[in-house]
Amino acid sequence: MLFNRAKSIESSIDKYLENILTAGLIFESGIKEYFENKFEKFEERTKEIQKLESESDEIRREIKYKLYKELLIPDARGDVLGLLETLDNVIDTAEMVMIRFSIEKPTIWPELKDDFLELTSASVKSVFELVSASRAFFREITKVADSLIQVHFWEHEADKIEERIMRKAFEGTFIAELSQKVHMRYFAERISMLADEAEDVADRLDIYTIKRSI
Amino acid sequence: MSTIIIFLSSGLFLGWSLGANDAANVWGTAVGTRMVSFKKAALVASIFILLGAVISGSGASHTLGKLGAINELAGAFTVALAAALSVFWMTKAALPVSTSQAIVGAIIGWNLFSGSVIDMKALTKILGTWIFSPILSAVVAIILYFIISSILKHWKIHLIRLDGMTRVALLAAGAFGSYSLGANNIANVMGVFVHSASGMFTDISFGGLFTLNGVQQLFFIGGIAIAVGVFTYSKRVMMTVGAGIYELSPITAFIVVLSSSIVLFLFASKGLQNLLISHNLPSFPLVPVSSSQSIVGAVIGIGIAKGGKNLNLKVLGRISAGWVATPVIAAAVAFITLFIVQNVFSQVVY
Repeated sequence: MLFNRAKSIESSIDKYLENILTAGLIFESGIKEYFENKFEKFEERTKEIQKLESESDEIRREIKYKLYKELLIPDARGDVLGLLETLDNVIDTAEMVMIRFSIEKPTIWPELKDDFLELTSASVKSVFELVSASRAFFREITKVADSLIQVHFWEHEADKIEERIMRKAFEGTFIAELSQKVHMRYFAERISMLADEAEDVADRLDIYTIKRSI
Repeated sequence: MSTIIIFLSSGLFLGWSLGANDAANVWGTAVGTRMVSFKKAALVASIFILLGAVISGSGASHTLGKLGAINELAGAFTVALAAALSVFWMTKAALPVSTSQAIVGAIIGWNLFSGSVIDMKALTKILGTWIFSPILSAVVAIILYFIISSILKHWKIHLIRLDGMTRVALLAAGAFGSYSLGANNIANVMGVFVHSASGMFTDISFGGLFTLNGVQQLFFIGGIAIAVGVFTYSKRVMMTVGAGIYELSPITAFIVVLSSSIVLFLFASKGLQNLLISHNLPSFPLVPVSSSQSIVGAVIGIGIAKGGKNLNLKVLGRISAGWVATPVIAAAVAFITLFIVQNVFSQVVY
């Protein structure tokens, strides 16, 4: 009875983390498709991530309800919900950035294309490592720290690439109008925000892990 | 029968206060952290305290009897009353106090008052055990800490499942702890009455399945008093223990409760003693020990296992002070109360 309940919440948590991972993959493919002018495919990805986001919200609510209703993990409940809620920010950010791409349709400059793809890849890697850290938090607490180091590493990488894009956009001569330079800066910042969100969760996870070590 | 109940009242009061305070040592963290509900804890605690008292209570009680065979009911009443008053007064004064130490002090007070010879062998055995029990508790906790840490490391149990397992473990450790508490500490509550009162009970047979002798009936009544203490007053103490004094995770709470229960059991179980002796192994003396100190010993053990950063030397000082202060105070209170009961109420106390 007790273990059946545990199993159902466990699989919900696993599914939730899986969704974060999938969101990262969709985000990376979507941005790549945008920069390759495959706009139709990009729009499909946007829809996919929207669907994933609302599904994840539903799972998160279900976990929250079960944890409180069935009085599970009273000592770690707050931390687990805190973790799931901040993880939600990651998926929200990924969705938001894709919607902005879809609405604002930023110009693709060949000079910046590779940098944008590299930025996307670094940001998504920080999300992947975050998911590994979160999984470890539930099952193998001693492994959390290793993954957190990687989250911080990729966030830092993303920051560097973001700065590089901004410098190229503003210092280079290939973009004539200031509004377009600002537009590039805006999108570099948004993509990098995904890694920032991942790092925020990582910081929390660090504390939760210290609290959980027996 | 009514006289017996009047004279037993001081022991029952002692039992009530034991239930109110010491059950919290066993269940405090589990209930305080809401891993186990108070109702469940109180029910399991009462059942197992009673079982422990009736089945395994005689060992530690026998040692107390050696220290002072109180032969008059009024004397036993006064000794238990003196212990209860000492516990009450020291608790009010916020001094660390243990029922075990109070009752031993009170018996010594009776010895002094009645001019009986103090069995130094029994006394040394008791004192030695008091010093040894928290240390043993710490050692057991350290060992369990490393075993459980390595199990958790290798088994990779999901947090949610681990939570369910911890609840079951806390409940099991609580039941074992309650049994050990009943077995070890019933001597504090009813031990002094064994020589004077147990003869007044006739054996009760339950359909030929098992028989309760006079001592066991006495212990049963004491166990009921402890259970009443658990139900009426321990919740508040449990919440204090669980929420404030020792900040333990549910898993370390389990280790602490298990370690101190093992120690209480070692100093209470005649069966285990016989088993060890028959295998030519060193056995443990059957002596009532303080469950609070045993718990503190285990908490210190966890602190050492974690690298010794949280060691509070003040706590150690307070424990050691309790070894001396409690029996001395209880002996003095017993001496004075016996004098009053004998000379003011004209009762035969020895």
